Amino acid sequence: MASNSTSLTLLANESRRFGRFLLSELKPKGKLLTPFNVVAAVILLVAAILLVIRFARGLGATTNLSQDFPWGIWIGFDVITGVAFAGGAYVITFMVYVLRLEKYHPIVRITVLNGFLAYVFYAGALLFDLGRPWNVINPIIGNSFGVSSVMFLVAWHFMLYMITEFIEFSPAVAEWLGWKKVRKFLGSLTLGAVIFGITLSTLHQSGLGALFLMAKDKIHPLWYTEFLPILFFVSSIFAGLSMVILEGSISQRVFKSQMSPLHRVGHDEIVRGLARVCAGTMYVYFFLKVLVFVHGQHWTYIMTPMGFWFLVEMIIFVLVPVRLYTQAVRFGTMGVIRVASVLTLIGIVLNRLNVSVIAYKWYAPERYIPSWMEIEITLAIIVAELIVLRWIVNRMPILREPGGEPTDGVGSRPESGEIRHKEPTQWVTST
Amino acid sequence: MDRRAFIQSAGLAGASLVTVSSGRAGEEEGRKEFVAVLVDTTRCIGCRSCEFACAEEHGFPEPDSDDAVMDRERAPSITQWSVVNRYDVGEEPVYAKKQCMHCNQPACASACLTKAMLKTEDGPVIWREDKCMGCRFCMISCPFDIPKFEYDSPVPKIQKCNLCWERLRDGGVPACVEACPVEALSFGKRTDLLREANRRISLDPDNYTPGIYGEHEAGGTGYLYLAGVPFDQLGFRPGIETTSYPELSKDYLYAVPIVLTLWPAFLLAISNATKKESD
Repeated sequence: MASNSTSLTLLANESRRFGRFLLSELKPKGKLLTPFNVVAAVILLVAAILLVIRFARGLGATTNLSQDFPWGIWIGFDVITGVAFAGGAYVITFMVYVLRLEKYHPIVRITVLNGFLAYVFYAGALLFDLGRPWNVINPIIGNSFGVSSVMFLVAWHFMLYMITEFIEFSPAVAEWLGWKKVRKFLGSLTLGAVIFGITLSTLHQSGLGALFLMAKDKIHPLWYTEFLPILFFVSSIFAGLSMVILEGSISQRVFKSQMSPLHRVGHDEIVRGLARVCAGTMYVYFFLKVLVFVHGQHWTYIMTPMGFWFLVEMIIFVLVPVRLYTQAVRFGTMGVIRVASVLTLIGIVLNRLNVSVIAYKWYAPERYIPSWMEIEITLAIIVAELIVLRWIVNRMPILREPGGEPTDGVGSRPESGEIRHKEPTQWVTST
Repeated sequence: MDRRAFIQSAGLAGASLVTVSSGRAGEEEGRKEFVAVLVDTTRCIGCRSCEFACAEEHGFPEPDSDDAVMDRERAPSITQWSVVNRYDVGEEPVYAKKQCMHCNQPACASACLTKAMLKTEDGPVIWREDKCMGCRFCMISCPFDIPKFEYDSPVPKIQKCNLCWERLRDGGVPACVEACPVEALSFGKRTDLLREANRRISLDPDNYTPGIYGEHEAGGTGYLYLAGVPFDQLGFRPGIETTSYPELSKDYLYAVPIVLTLWPAFLLAISNATKKESD
């Protein structure tokens, strides 16, 4: 009996200590009244009010959607572009866990975290756009499987991929909480999660393109092609990596305190490697686009307004950045790589919006232009994601070295001091 | 296990997707023949009785009885499943009724991830309130732009003609067909109506444009049209595919189970091949 009550007290003490730890972690770190925080609070507050109106009065009260344009920027930008931007996670995990390119190990956690949050927030934003969101579980609980729908595939894959990315990321959570045994178990799941995640990503990145296959007569011929799924998949590779590059250069400033000097030095080398992959896949993408263009005999459309718009997308936002990437890789200029990543990302936004909104029903007399409320809520989703990202990065071992944690599982670091010496960027990070 | 069954199980295993033919099953496997409506625009006098009957049948507000509404081309709306348009071609105006075409293999039903949009065994394409999550993918996919969404409702519905499915179940005919005073609308089995349409063309070739709109359009539709003028003058958008629309994403869907089974094997193989000895 005595021993029983001792263990009970121990347990109670332990859970009280854990509760205090969580509470202290929930508190904001640093100053509260920063310009970012104030602006963010205003944006979130306005969005909250708008969402109440949206759910009380319907989509028409807040959006400029119409019978002609059933999908606006909440789908075309938040979901379709957002998911392409989140493609970095499956590419980086492929490079690190399947190809075992250890050089990229230090950015695995931040990339997977970014990808996970992007899915949670941008795909989650889908709920605002659904007319009848209370039925969102229907395709999941199995009372009505629309298995012939591309949307069915995309919906399931979003859900499964979020779980997969959380498993990939979970060791960091376990380290944060100090759960060593759990950490070891979660680490052993990584390779399986990575392989499943890459497969899911291949299918739903291309699936987002396949959504538009049935809209054949409604999308301008310069953008409609039966290769949309392949184009969406290939472009998600360099879209995701460009996001990793841009996000990395921002992190270096914002989360400076989290990064060791070694990391910052090694980061340039990582970025140059990513730029090389971007350049390669972008050349492939450009070549595919040219093939589709020539094969479809689309010359006649070039001298039209839509044709010029097509050229803007293809030249300024594909050809120029791919040249910049190539040049920058050769001469190692980091600034140029950053410019190239920004141009690439704008190009992806244009491409996804072209397919889903701009070249969609290009013949319609009344165009869809998003309302300020749609843009406001989109901003709020981005802000909310950044706040959660900041909260996690400042607490969990995402960018920093997790102070001599034992490693195990896939991708564990070589322990020999000699190798460490040769590759100063390597340290114990995620598995 | 036949090909379709294989793909079905492979697809479901990975929670993906499968057969592309909800409608084809009905025709090819000879289960039940689809019903259809034949619209003979050479007979239509533009009285709009069908519009009024439709609104009454489905509990919508009575349409504006002023014929000036026909001065511009209208599309079906959230309160009007069926509308009559006037087309000023030639000496006499031609009237054409517009509503859901009830495709044999509907893009909307194949797009629907909850089977809210459903091709029934008898032929009508219906929308089911308890299933729909309001994603509006049916609107993106429909080549005729028929499904309409209630943007101003917090509990929005998709509105479109259901071929008076409730009446058909009780052995009746669609309200619009019943209301037509000049037999411009006929209801029956699709194959019978195609035969009847061909008969009318061959009996009076001078007054009919060759061809039946809907016989091949979008892979065959449940609404069939006869006209004395070219169909593109009656507001039928040119460039509608003659294959069914679900066919357009079929190749992609077939690739899904292949990727789902091959990718993990390849990735695991590469991962093993790149493993260092020390690991």
